[in-house]
Amino acid sequence: MEITITVNGTAHTADVEPRQLLVHFIREELDLTGTNVGCDTSSCGACTVHLDGEAVKSCTILTVQADGTTVGTIEGLATDGQLHPMQQAFMDNHGLQCGFCTPGMVMAATSLLEENPSPSEDDVRIGLEGNLCRCTGYHNIVQAVLACAEN
Amino acid sequence: MTITEQPTSSVIGERMLRREDPALLTGEAKFTNDLHVLGALHVALVRSPYAHARIKGIDTAAAAAAPGVMAVYTGHDLADLWEAPMPCAWPVTDDMKNPAHYPVAQSKACYVGDAVACVLATSDAAARDAVELVDVDYEPLEAVVGLEDALSDRVVIHDDLGTNTSYTWPLLVEGNEGDVNKAFAEAAHTVKERYVQQRLIPMAMEPRAVVAVPQPFGGGITLYSATQVPHILKVMTAITLGIPEHQLRVVAPAVGGGFGAKLNVYAEELLCTALARKHGTPVRWNEERSENTMASIHGRGQIQDIELAADENGKLTGVRVRLLADMGAYLQLVTPGIPILGAFLYGGVYDLPKAYDFSCTSVFTNLTPTDAYRGAGRPEATFAIERSMDALADKMGIDPFELRKRNFIAPEAYPYEAFSGLTYDSGDHIAAANKAAELADYNGIRARQAEQNTPDASKRLGIGMASYFEMCGLAPSRVLASLNYSAGGWEAATVRVLPTSKVQVVTGTTPHGQGHETSWSMIASHKLGIPAEDIDVLHSDTDISPLGLDTYGSRSLAVGGVAVAMACDKVIDKARQIAAHQLEASEDDLTYENGAFAVAGSPDKSMPLAAIAFEAFTAHNLPDGLEPNLEAQVTYDPPNFSWPFGTHMCVVEVDTETGGVEVLKYVAVDDCGVQINPLIVEGQVHGGVIQGLAQALFEGAVYDADGNLQTTTLADYLVPAASDVPPITLGHTVTPSPTNQLGVKGIGEAGTIGAAPTVINAIVDALSGLGVRNVLMPASPLNVWSAIQSAAAGKAGGTGSAPQASTSATSGEDGQ
Repeated sequence: MEITITVNGTAHTADVEPRQLLVHFIREELDLTGTNVGCDTSSCGACTVHLDGEAVKSCTILTVQADGTTVGTIEGLATDGQLHPMQQAFMDNHGLQCGFCTPGMVMAATSLLEENPSPSEDDVRIGLEGNLCRCTGYHNIVQAVLACAEN
Repeated sequence: MTITEQPTSSVIGERMLRREDPALLTGEAKFTNDLHVLGALHVALVRSPYAHARIKGIDTAAAAAAPGVMAVYTGHDLADLWEAPMPCAWPVTDDMKNPAHYPVAQSKACYVGDAVACVLATSDAAARDAVELVDVDYEPLEAVVGLEDALSDRVVIHDDLGTNTSYTWPLLVEGNEGDVNKAFAEAAHTVKERYVQQRLIPMAMEPRAVVAVPQPFGGGITLYSATQVPHILKVMTAITLGIPEHQLRVVAPAVGGGFGAKLNVYAEELLCTALARKHGTPVRWNEERSENTMASIHGRGQIQDIELAADENGKLTGVRVRLLADMGAYLQLVTPGIPILGAFLYGGVYDLPKAYDFSCTSVFTNLTPTDAYRGAGRPEATFAIERSMDALADKMGIDPFELRKRNFIAPEAYPYEAFSGLTYDSGDHIAAANKAAELADYNGIRARQAEQNTPDASKRLGIGMASYFEMCGLAPSRVLASLNYSAGGWEAATVRVLPTSKVQVVTGTTPHGQGHETSWSMIASHKLGIPAEDIDVLHSDTDISPLGLDTYGSRSLAVGGVAVAMACDKVIDKARQIAAHQLEASEDDLTYENGAFAVAGSPDKSMPLAAIAFEAFTAHNLPDGLEPNLEAQVTYDPPNFSWPFGTHMCVVEVDTETGGVEVLKYVAVDDCGVQINPLIVEGQVHGGVIQGLAQALFEGAVYDADGNLQTTTLADYLVPAASDVPPITLGHTVTPSPTNQLGVKGIGEAGTIGAAPTVINAIVDALSGLGVRNVLMPASPLNVWSAIQSAAAGKAGGTGSAPQASTSATSGEDGQ
């Protein structure tokens, strides 16, 4: 099926298998490998991207379902060589270790602040419950999101 | 000696942000599965759905005819590719039983997930589609799931071994047998407890991935793998496949967490390499999460019987431990050694006389092989001693903190020669414990508890503690030899000052989240007086860093980081010769400070390292016989283990009607000696604590009676999310290690070691007024509720007194 999806500001038209997941389109067709795959049950959130401005797990969506949408991935977040404030907050607060969950976590966190610009610590913890991290124990991730909200 | 302040005179102790982060934060970092390799074929594995089954036949015709399929292989088809079975590097006893284990099983499948055939195809999807078409004729056999069942040899898994028992390993301290018996005979107080360490699934967020790329015209092969141990993997792959080692290069690209599960030599690494050689084309494999849960190693899996003897004051006089450990179906790289690593820690941080009797029996089961998982033997040991210390305190009717105070090794007793013959380097347990008590408001909680925990209270308050040793930095090579470990414990570093005075540090450690690039640059900056941003750290590629023993066992800083410091010293020594020659001064008169040599008494005569580096490069005017470079290599074999320690405390509220546990506060006070980068230290503790807390509250690999893993996905296996866990209050003390020049100790596993007993002690403390003496892990609402109910029904000891024979986490239906 032919689809057109605008990813990080660039329109891509492609002929894709109907069974292809959006995450595979992003990774394999567009070579945007910052979006990771950490599970096969939509549990881990490593593949979180923005679809028309909202955080979604790109493993739960078929590429054909995303036809006509605008997708943002981690590669599109930094501008002009400057980290996005959320990326900078993760760095400043040591909110990442191995970094595998990080792109998805950052995408989820930016979306969280879009919806709730001044969240409580509980809001952040609940808002990120769809994204798993095995390294940080979440402590510094939560601190990073709170710090980003404050700034 | 405890110092409360970090050294502040240099970059050491700075909360430097990580240089690793930008690439990871922007998606630019390349994990193994992100690598582009043109023309690569994809492997997918046919995995046994049976825990124990004879393979009677395999029909590959339909799969071989499927679109995109290049080949389908059974275990027999591949038999000629293996020069040796898969490696086990830790034959703990001379008579240890070790079944031959090949990347693809040949006659029998021994656990659910055991590979029995593989498909090679032009895409991952084509390979996985074709796996469905492989028709395997299995003869199902009875499965061995429980450890005591395994011990009985009712069903023997590996026919040629004749038994399921792999080995029995005692920690023999000469002449102690009588002392132990005497200690127990004369004890004023004894406790005898059984604890179950449920199996855990390590669950690094990045599943494993492998790409094997042959170079054209027989030029060797490059193996990219999501591994913690590229150096070990290179040696073992060379041996197992019969590849000349110099024709093999192993690279660990960005690695998304390991926690011990990537400290291995796996079937898929060997299979991809062998098939890449056979087909002369790149071959890759990417692990799905459900494969990861079944076919990457599990951790823990032990039944622990521990007895303590104490005098009338509660001072420990003897410890006796009997372990039954689950090896799973086969021995992976260091499977048999894991329970042994804990053997030295069942005495805890206590002044224990040489009355210690430990023995471990390890058995095969039809379950996924076990191996190293964060802490590897030491969390289990610490859990047993710290839980039984609480049991002893309870029996004596004294506060568990008070009991520990009576038993802590005194700071002035260090270096302390332990019952095991090992020497603990430094420690101040009471300082760490007091700090934790202050941060947790121990006395305040005890007062609140007295008010709140009335007999009919539905929400009961509890506080628990655990004091621990990490015993890490593995380790002196000779000590490892005495444990029959097949490798050494040294680490290598090269420091190279380039002509323009930029520096390359080459390390044999293999970071996968620990931030070595940042910390090693800080160490080199501290030593050389050169800004950290002018120092690059190279690692994880055996062509760039040919010497190394990789990252595990909290060894990287205490061994590898110290090697970096020593290599800097060597560089400075060489630079000193050049400076002395150029400045026409005696080497003894030169001092090195802030990146330059100065001549004592002649402040105007000095030479910066930058100038020396250029002199070394041009070689126009070097001392006679001096080689023209400014580079030094050190291979450092540490004189001792590293002994970090600390005390954790946890405050919980337990709902007696639902069994729900709420963690109100978690305090970790850790002492890892001098902290190079406190930011990274804290991150290690945060992550470790939550992994240990997750063992206590959430996680467990659940198997049914036929050996089917029930927790094969992240939807079934409860890795906690941010909303499931508390924030963590950290404190630290600083007791430098006397065994290395930086005064550092490891920190990677401390959190995991301290957390599980701390949390369970808190829960049991909350419920002790109801007669609960133990709660099985994970302390799910059902397990907690069941413990309360069995205590109310008068069953002594609640759940802990009727231990399961299996270490599979309970689903609760059986009432355990």
